[in-house]
Amino acid sequence: MRRPAWLPVFYVGPAVLVMAAACLYPVVSAIQLGFFDWGLGTPWSGARWAGLDNFVSAFSNPRVWSSLWTTLMFAAVCVSAEMVLGIALALALEHPVRGTALFRTLFILPMMIAPIAVGLAWRYIFDAQFGLLNALLGIFGVAPMGWLADPTLAFIAIVIADVWQWTPFVFIMMVAALANVDGAVIEASRIDGARWWQMTFKVKLPMVMNVIAITLVMRLIDAFRVLEVIYVLTFGGPGDSTEILSLHIYKTAFVGQQLGVAAAVSVLLLVVVAALSWGALRLSNPLKESA
Amino acid sequence: MKRPLLLVVAHYAMLVALGLLCVAPIALIFTTSLRQQVHIFAEPLNFIFMPTLENYRAVLTEDNLGRYLGNSLFVGVIATTITLVLGCMAAYGLARFRFPGRSAVGYTTLLLRTVPLAVLAIPVFMIWSQWQLVNSLWGLILLYVAVNLPFTIWLLYGFVLQVPVELEEAAAIDGCGPVRVFTKVLLPLMGPGLAAASIFTFRIAWNEFILALVLTDRQTRTLPVAASLFITDMGVDWGKVMAMGSLIAIPPLIFTFVAARQIITGMTAGAVKG
Repeated sequence: MRRPAWLPVFYVGPAVLVMAAACLYPVVSAIQLGFFDWGLGTPWSGARWAGLDNFVSAFSNPRVWSSLWTTLMFAAVCVSAEMVLGIALALALEHPVRGTALFRTLFILPMMIAPIAVGLAWRYIFDAQFGLLNALLGIFGVAPMGWLADPTLAFIAIVIADVWQWTPFVFIMMVAALANVDGAVIEASRIDGARWWQMTFKVKLPMVMNVIAITLVMRLIDAFRVLEVIYVLTFGGPGDSTEILSLHIYKTAFVGQQLGVAAAVSVLLLVVVAALSWGALRLSNPLKESA
Repeated sequence: MKRPLLLVVAHYAMLVALGLLCVAPIALIFTTSLRQQVHIFAEPLNFIFMPTLENYRAVLTEDNLGRYLGNSLFVGVIATTITLVLGCMAAYGLARFRFPGRSAVGYTTLLLRTVPLAVLAIPVFMIWSQWQLVNSLWGLILLYVAVNLPFTIWLLYGFVLQVPVELEEAAAIDGCGPVRVFTKVLLPLMGPGLAAASIFTFRIAWNEFILALVLTDRQTRTLPVAASLFITDMGVDWGKVMAMGSLIAIPPLIFTFVAARQIITGMTAGAVKG
């Protein structure tokens, strides 16, 4: 088929242009901004070269380190809970039954509706005065707790909200992966007298290991990007006990108006996410598969 | 092989329990939006009450919600349309052509997909100020197109690869120009992919909060931003805020019930080869 040389540019060009201008250029600017002193709402021409000052002030700030710690803890706890629950549920429920489609529809609802709405729902549930959780616990004689006022309970609250929202994602991915496992292999292991746990841990799970790995990395990347649910639920409080990096960056930039410092912290977050993305590319590379 | 009855019953019991768990917090948004503030305070667990649309009336008339609803719809629809057109073309270009810079474009796109939006908010605010795009719905649309393109391109890329290239070659031999091959042969076969991509894009544009918070004002606010402003340290007017939450939740709920299959396909595409 004879195709003019400009044709790929015609197809790919517009999208590349938009992504370069409105996504890549901002990311590069964020890194650049880390080296400048610039006030919110002032013209960029007034920005002053600051060298490494922003990085020094960011990384000498204990609040940045505690925020990084909170983020790592949040990602580790949420993602491991979601992976274990999601895989276990997928193994238990992989067998298709009548009505499976309806239930899967219900399961994806938590990740389809707006994180803001999810945050609202959970904030209402955890509300100390009028919240459902305290009212429910009250039936069993438990005294009302200030869920969002206590550092540990607030952390548990944001984990519960995230696990509620994202376990279904792991479940859906795993059910799809398990459905793709060659039935003949399972049948063969059954005939060979494999027990349930042998079939699960020695046959099924190893065969879907690649999907498990990709799902894990996808969840990790998202766990480092989370912001909105926590913004509504705790806004990082009480104190800075639930202030994950995204929220710290937002607050530093738009509440504290220290844009340069916020940009310096952004670089830290970008490095973490880029490393995870690199891992994701190693696991599943759509470019390579087609070549 | 027939499964024992007990196992089937246990299976359904678990499905129902999990389904309830997923639905309950969402149902809570809707039920609370239909209650009067005094009831919410007095009896949080009493779900037998006279439903009232008072909260909806209040947010629509007192809080300028109609305008924000319009903004959200406008941004969502336009951003989705532009993303689909550009994304579909780019996916086709990447899948069917080998050209210099192809892998650079591919890898950069894959990496952009994972940039945290909080990181984008700062430079975007700066750049959009220079470009006079702050407080403009078009500024928000441009941004949503850009952040949605990476996912859309890679989702549609997979769908393009599934279309046999022989079909296109046959059409070309029959005298179709290259652009008509794209519009008349490929596009009609991309239905499911385009459906999934449009749902994902619309959902992000409709739900997105942090960028909209930074880039909009009283006039150009979208629904999630408007809802967030109801949460103050002074306390929350739960009835009203949940009325807004319901309005935000309705379109994604409808999409999910109409097109759950396409959504699940889109979610698992790439990782699980079907």
